[in-house]
Parts: sequence; C-alpha cells; structure tokens
Amino acid sequence: MNRSGAALLVEAMRAEKVEVLFGFPGGVVIPAFDALYGERKIRLVLTRHEQGAVHAADGYARSTGRVGVCLVTSGPGATNTVTGLATANFDSVPLVVITGQVARNMIGNDAFQEADIVGISRSVTKHNYLVSDRKELGRILREAFYIARTGRPGPVLVDIPKDVLTEASEEPLPQAVSIRGYNPIYQGHPVQIRRAAQALERAKRPLFYAGGGINISGGAEQFRELVAHTGVPVISSLMGISTVPSGHPRFLGMLGMHGTYAANMAVQNCDLLFAIGSRFDDRATGNLKQFAPYATVVHVDIDPSSISRNVQVEVPIVADARLFLEDFLAVVKAPSISEWQARTEEWMRAHPLAEVPANGGLSPSRVIRSIAAAFPSAIITTEVGQNQMWTAQYYDFHEARTFLTSGGLGTMGYGFPAAIGAQLGNPGRRVIDIAGDGSIQMNIQELATAVSEQLPVIVAILDNGYLGMVRQWQQAFHEKRYSGVCLGRRVDCPPDCAQPGEGCPPYTPDFVKLAEAYGAVGIRVTDPLEVGPALAHAAKVTDRPVFLDFHISREANVWPMVPAGAGIDQMMSGERE
Amino acid sequence: MKHIICMHVENKQGVLARIAGLFSGRGYNLESITAGPTSDPSVTRITLACLGDDLIVEQIKKQLNRLIDVIRVTDLTGLPALHRELLLIKVCANPSQRGEIFQVADVFKAQVMDVGHNAMSLELTGATEKIDDFIALLTPYGLVEMARSGLVSLERSRKKEGE
Repeated sequence: MNRSGAALLVEAMRAEKVEVLFGFPGGVVIPAFDALYGERKIRLVLTRHEQGAVHAADGYARSTGRVGVCLVTSGPGATNTVTGLATANFDSVPLVVITGQVARNMIGNDAFQEADIVGISRSVTKHNYLVSDRKELGRILREAFYIARTGRPGPVLVDIPKDVLTEASEEPLPQAVSIRGYNPIYQGHPVQIRRAAQALERAKRPLFYAGGGINISGGAEQFRELVAHTGVPVISSLMGISTVPSGHPRFLGMLGMHGTYAANMAVQNCDLLFAIGSRFDDRATGNLKQFAPYATVVHVDIDPSSISRNVQVEVPIVADARLFLEDFLAVVKAPSISEWQARTEEWMRAHPLAEVPANGGLSPSRVIRSIAAAFPSAIITTEVGQNQMWTAQYYDFHEARTFLTSGGLGTMGYGFPAAIGAQLGNPGRRVIDIAGDGSIQMNIQELATAVSEQLPVIVAILDNGYLGMVRQWQQAFHEKRYSGVCLGRRVDCPPDCAQPGEGCPPYTPDFVKLAEAYGAVGIRVTDPLEVGPALAHAAKVTDRPVFLDFHISREANVWPMVPAGAGIDQMMSGERE
Repeated sequence: MKHIICMHVENKQGVLARIAGLFSGRGYNLESITAGPTSDPSVTRITLACLGDDLIVEQIKKQLNRLIDVIRVTDLTGLPALHRELLLIKVCANPSQRGEIFQVADVFKAQVMDVGHNAMSLELTGATEKIDDFIALLTPYGLVEMARSGLVSLERSRKKEGE
C-alpha cells in the first residue's frame, strides 16, 4: 500500500496499541496532525507546553507500564522536550518522543525552527534517530518502541523531517525488530543466584534494598513474597517506595539524606546489603567511604553499568528484577535473624518519623496523612523539594507503581503534568499531585489541559510561600540568609529578610482564583479543621481538576537530614511538636 | 593506565559523535580515536585509547556497550595485539642537514615522501613509543608540522592449535 510517512506514523502507533498521544502541533508536523484528524483509536491530548506533554507521557508510562508517546514540532517544540527526556532517562521511563524536523534539503541551513535535536538530546535519551530516508521510517518507529520498553526502559526520540512525513512509499511496517548491538540480559546467571542465596542464608544481619527496578519490572508481588518468606527487613530508595506497603512490619522506610533513622542505621549495621534494581544514588548513600561499612553487597540490576559504579559489589547479578525474584524464590532459604529483626524493630519504635510542627500554619505531615486517609488507593505524584520528601515519608502507600516522582533529575514541574498522564492511563482512579507552591508554577499552564480533558486530578499544594527545600538549606547551613527563595517578595521588601511575618505582602498568585479562572475548583485551607472537609469536597468532584491550597507552616523543615558529604548515620533531627 | 579498546559499530551517521559525547559528558579521558571501514560495509571499526584506573575503564566499557549502535567492545589491553600509528612529519632541513635526517629515517625505516628547499616530509608507521622517539630525534632540526593518525590495533592470531 502506498502511503505517506505521516500515515505510516499513525499506523505504527496503532500497531503499538498507543491509546493516548500527548502533543503540540507546529509548522513541520502539520502533516502528522492531519493524519490524526478524526482518528478514533488514539486519543490526542493537546498539552499547553511541550514539557508538559513529555511529563504527561511519563506519568502515563510509569503508572501503566506502557510506552508513553509524544508528538511535537521542530525547533522550540523539540528543545522544550529536553527536560522531560532527561527526567525519563534518569528514572528509566519508556517514552517515544516524535519531533518534527525541517525538510531534508533545509537541514543545516539554519532554517526557521530548525534545531539539531538529535545532537541536543543524545545524552538524555536511551537512543535517538534522525529519519533521513522515508523507507527507513517504519523500521525506525518499530525499533524506537522496542528500545524504549525493553531492557532498562528509557526515552527514545525520533526526529522526522517534514518531507519524510509527506513522501509516499510502498515500504510496509516491519513485523519484527532485530538490532545486533542491543541484546538486554533478563535472566540472572544461575551460579550468581545460588551465591546470592548462600550469602543470604549465612547472613546474620541481612537487609533488602528495594529500588525502582522492582516497580518497573512488575516484580513487586514477587518481592513481597520474598520478604514474607525470608523475614528480612527492607529499606527502599525514593524510586523503590511502594514496592512494599509503607506500613509493612518489615519496612524500615527510605534510606538516605531524608531517610528514616531505622533505614539508615540498618544500612550502617547490616552485614549483607541486598540491592535490587537500585543505582546507589549519592542522595541515598551519603558519603560512600562511610556507606554500609560491614556489608557484603549483592546487587541485582538490568543495567550492567549500574553495578560496581558507586559501591563495590561482591555478588553482581545482571537481570530483570522480576525474573530474578522468581528464580531467587525457588532457591532461597529463610535465614535465622530474629535478633536482627528485633534490633530493627527497636530502631523503628524508638525513632519514628515525628509530625512536622504546625507553627502558625498547617503541619505538612498531618495534611499528607489526611490525604492518605481520604484517598487510600490513589496514585500520587509529587513535584520536587520538601513536598516530595514529606510525601515519601508520610504518605501511606499500598500498591506498587502508585508513587510517581522525579527521582534522579529532580525536576520541579514534573508532578502536575505527570498526574494528568496518570489520570488518562487510569481513568477509574484518583490521582493526586502533592505539590509545593514553587514547583506547581513551573507547569501551571497544564491546568487548561486538565480542564479540557475533564480530568479530576487533585493538586494538593503545600503552600509555604518559599522554595522550601532551598530555604531549609539556607536555614541549616547559611545562617538563614534567605536569598532568592521567597515567593511573596516585592521590591520594597528588605534585601536581607530572614524572617517571614505579619507584614509580608499578599501572596502571588491566588491559587483559588487561578483555578477558578481556568474552570477548575479551588479551595484554600488554613485551619486544621478544614482539611478533612476540603478533601471530602475534592473527592466529590469528578469532571474537573481541584486545587487545594494548604497554607502550611512557613518555615517547616524535612527531618531527619544528613548533611551533604556526611555518612548516612550522621542524621540531624529538628524541631518537634 | 592506558587502555586500548576496539569496537565494531554500526556504520551510521552520528555514531562517532555518540562515542565522543559519552567521553566528554562523563568526564572520561580519551587519548585517541580512529575509525575506518571493515570488510562488512555496514560495520565501522573504531580503536580508541583511553586513560583511567581499572574501575573507570570498566565503567567506560559498560557505557560503550550500552550504546545501541555499538555491536561489540573488546579491550585489547594485556592481550597479544598489534598496535600501530601513522606519522606524517615535516621537518626543517637545509641542504647540509638532509644527509643526517636521511640517516635517522633509515634507522627507523621511515620513508622520505617529499624534499623541498628548506624542509622535508617523512612518513613513519609504528608503535606509539617508536613514533615518540622518532619525533624526539627530529625536533632539534625544527618541526614545521606533523600529523599523527592515532592508534589502530588488531589482536594477534593464536600460535598453537587449541590455544
């Protein structure tokens, strides 16, 4: 059949069972949007910014396990995807991002809206392509989806010149994909799996370190079975949250800079650290020289380059987390570790996460616990900063893949578009973005998308009038020199303000009016007694987004905290109720 | 320590940029890189020399292997292998100095490619150390210009059956 590149693009998306396409049109991709006109199988969602499109595709992908897909134009459309690509690349999220490019004879001529997006995005994608031959388009699209979702998933960008979209060809869409340089290993080596089992059986103080790979591989169920079978205590990375329920008796919490006392102490005292699908990120490990000093390390990861990069590993296993867990469950015997279990329980009992005090505002921890109580099976996204850490600490997660957050790149503005994508992929569920008043403004334009698509996404803004995490660092390490963090600041404010107070100018924007201007619901909450009713009100709204503006204590902090460069057992703790 | 890594990669546009970008982006130390066709026109062979301790070089190899367009990565360091570089060098030589330079060239089995009024050009193929020595000996005459190709390497064949 003779068809245009644009028609083949739509055919390829149908063949990959794409349900939702996040896009923003522009000059060179008009042929592709034309081919989508009247399309019934693929829901085209017009975001209000290309960055929003990529984060939305990312939220869709993380929450469903399917490939998220975007279509944007050349030049600024393409460069606006870069932050979204880097976010997805860091956190191993399968995306296919199609960018338009100027016609082939114009490439390199500094044509209108031309950008070398393949060059620009090379280091923030798993792979990328410039389609220079119409006959290659089908193969490249097939490969892009295949590469995005297999192995360690990641974003793939396909740059398609305008004249490739319009050129007709008989070339069919290939059925199979074969890439000689790309053969991910899924099955762990049996000898290594036996060695890991022996190490676990011999260990007196073993600890499971759950990473995002367990969520991504769909192995949470097997992991929960392994924890139940062995009784080994569990800590998680930020991305590993929700692999076991937050309230699981063996779960000690997240490790690292804002990890729990029990999790960090367990790492520093364990004799076997058994990491599955984690990268040993510096925010998790703290000072590497002091990290897990007594531990033999077993590390299971699908990406060989993650193993023995930061931490020397005694038993490396290259494998898909879920397949490894299945193999491992068949051979492992439970160790006798009642003494160690008791010790970890004692750490938990003696040092629980304290409620964040409500000094002149709401307590963010209590707000998050109220959200968890009102919406126990929600999908939660976050922005980045204090809102993200408090959510990781205080929200009560039950199901795997229900916590979507920008872990590696730490992208402010991720949570809201990601929630839109997650809502589109999970129409029956509540999706809540727990945001800060700084981060939410980075992609606030997506309110229009959520209203247009009639998505009941709830945005819970923990509003303290500050870029709170940076302010916290300035308070802790820079003598409260609050430089560039106050979001209410006016030109006549003192240049050396270190203290919020009664005389502060009115806050900009008014989130309630803003939400209403977009046709969403906006509710301001300043009294603890209003939290429950506001959440109950939000629960009743099913056809539009809801902004809940929670005025929290302005100088509330995230505790505990490990200073940069310190060992993770050197935790600072702060003010308590 | 210097490592010589040999790669077979897809003969596609942008592959060299991916490899070079990997080194600059991750702060690895790349000493030389050469690329050329193989008997299979769809495959390019790349030889690169890089510096780093064992952990870094291990990471470099893993990162290279992650690139979709990289088909195979072989570390030739410590393996019996041939390593060669090509040097083209133009050196100052007035008529009275030509004889001495011819002698040096003869010892190194270098070829004289061009002789001018005040300068001459030579070609030498050899291991890096030999090339370094040759340049050192010619430097006192005054170097006009030189071009080095970077290393190309090939693993040696087995000398016994079943080895």
